[in-house]
Amino acid sequence: MSNLFDLLVAGLATGAIYALVAVGFTLLWQTSQTINFAQGEFVMLPAFLMLAAMHAGAPFWLAIILGMLLSMILLGLGFKLLLVDPMMRHGVLPLAIATMALAIGIKEAVKQFFSAEASPFPSIVPTGDVSILGHAVSLQSIGVLVVAILAVVGLTTLLNRTSLGHQMQAAAQNPTVARIIGVPVERMILLTFLINAVLVALASLLITPIYLAKFSSGEVLGQAAFIAAIVGGFNQVRGAIAGGLLIGVLDNLAASYVSTQYRAAVPLIFLIVVILFRPQGLLGRAEERTV
Amino acid sequence: MRSTILAGALLAFATATGVHAQAIKLANVAELSGGGATVGTNWKNGIDLAIEEINAKGGVLGRKLEVSHADSQSNPGVARAQVQKALDAEPYVLLGPGYSGSVKVTAPLAAEAGIAQIMGGEAAELTQAGNKFLFRTSFGQQSSMPKVAKYIHDDMKAKTVAVVWVNNDFGRGGRDMVTKELERLGSKVVADLSTEAGQADFAADVGKIKAANPDAVFVYLNEEESARILKELKRQGVTAPLMGETTLIGQKVIELAGDAANGARGHVGLTTDAPVDLVKQFREKFSKKYNYVPDHNGLKGYLAVYMVKATTEKMGKVDPKKFADTLHGLTIMAADEPGILMDVTFSDTGDIDRQSFLVEVVEGKQVVKQVLPKVK
Repeated sequence: MSNLFDLLVAGLATGAIYALVAVGFTLLWQTSQTINFAQGEFVMLPAFLMLAAMHAGAPFWLAIILGMLLSMILLGLGFKLLLVDPMMRHGVLPLAIATMALAIGIKEAVKQFFSAEASPFPSIVPTGDVSILGHAVSLQSIGVLVVAILAVVGLTTLLNRTSLGHQMQAAAQNPTVARIIGVPVERMILLTFLINAVLVALASLLITPIYLAKFSSGEVLGQAAFIAAIVGGFNQVRGAIAGGLLIGVLDNLAASYVSTQYRAAVPLIFLIVVILFRPQGLLGRAEERTV
Repeated sequence: MRSTILAGALLAFATATGVHAQAIKLANVAELSGGGATVGTNWKNGIDLAIEEINAKGGVLGRKLEVSHADSQSNPGVARAQVQKALDAEPYVLLGPGYSGSVKVTAPLAAEAGIAQIMGGEAAELTQAGNKFLFRTSFGQQSSMPKVAKYIHDDMKAKTVAVVWVNNDFGRGGRDMVTKELERLGSKVVADLSTEAGQADFAADVGKIKAANPDAVFVYLNEEESARILKELKRQGVTAPLMGETTLIGQKVIELAGDAANGARGHVGLTTDAPVDLVKQFREKFSKKYNYVPDHNGLKGYLAVYMVKATTEKMGKVDPKKFADTLHGLTIMAADEPGILMDVTFSDTGDIDRQSFLVEVVEGKQVVKQVLPKVK
């Protein structure tokens, strides 16, 4: 029972990070029909940007800020202007393939300019335990959960409770009508790319102390978050959150109760079941547009 | 006529000098990227440092050493292709790979070509297949695991042990050896956990260790995974003493795991913290050249090149066909060849006999607790 509690906490902490990345997937899809297969590498890169800032002499807090800003410039603005905009007019599939190429490019560039070896990365949460319901729970797990939940709550508040958020939703749901009623659709789309850049940078900050900074660390994350987004519902932010948490817990339970070798297969089997019986995802809404 | 003879003589002299000065070509195939990048990069840097030193002192038998580096990408399939390519260029000796799985699939190629292969793999089976061209740079598991099991049983007084191993040739070989020895000594394996190479998340594995509540945990993973599990063990508050081999307490692991590495213990055949003057000098030279402290793989690469030098000088000629025969049974004394760092003897199977160490990580540094002497 104690083991199950530990697994649930660890799974929720990992799942919360998957959720951040998966939310980015859904935001980009909703506003610009972009399926970003480089999303995992987008999580890997900010950690290296922060490390580079620290190597240049910046303290950790400043490196985090610089990393976030550079992520917004490179992975938000740069990604949209240099890759998505030119490729989008050719359709969803060429753009998806272009993001696959981008993933390879980012990985190789990090390998080339930093190292193929893993590097340590400091944690924003101190080590130590607290007792919850008689169980020792690590501060790191709690910290990851809290930061991820705050980010998601902040985002959903922005989307649902502010005029800006309503404009973003309008731009996502029907850009033509949104334009007629005066919503600056292009600016709203750019904003979602910037939000995605912040989310992946945050995920990078939370996951890298555990996974270590390595050029290949985005592969697992990208795949898990993609599955989470589909399982939860690719067109719903709340679906991506639920999907992320579910996949995180499922992955940990599978590793413990099935086997380490088959742990990666269990979320995929779950994905197949969801696609067969509820193709729009657990919390997604059915729509006619096909992926 | 005289001018023709003179020209001919000059040409012959030039050709002879050219042949004489021709470099001795070594080929290195190592894990320069992928999961084993730490292993391969250290190994490569050790090789380069040794070659630079040897060439600065006039080379081997008056000939410079040259090495080509190829990346196995930590993948046995790629390693095999790279070794075949390297052998096609007819090197004097093949160096690497470091991963046992890659050594296993490449050793038959080198043996078929009659080229000696000096490698970093530690799986027990590698030198038990009758290959006459394969040589170790460190202990095989059949030498190290009995010492590890004895330490867990006698010194740690562990009656129950959790064994965590990586599911590849290296991990499986170590797990089989240590489990057999632990059971022979009377310690019970209460958790037998297989993990995957490159695994990032160890929360579930550590959860199983916690549930088994062992007296000690034996961790036998590659370097990066070792660092990740050390962090997770600390995160989940596992307090059982940790024992491993070189891959648990190497410099890179300490750097990656930080505080979480403190208290981990391990048996190491090679460590840059060894209380041996020549090893300390090596560490200083390496750190100065590459700006980081090497792990045991840096030592292995360095020793591999000095094995080539000592064996060639013993033969008195550069003869790839006789190299393996000469190295079998050879004892190289550090007093005669300082680059070999510690006295070492090579068996007929290519295994080594050398002193070894039991170390503990204390405040981010390896501290040698015991020196285990050379067997013969």
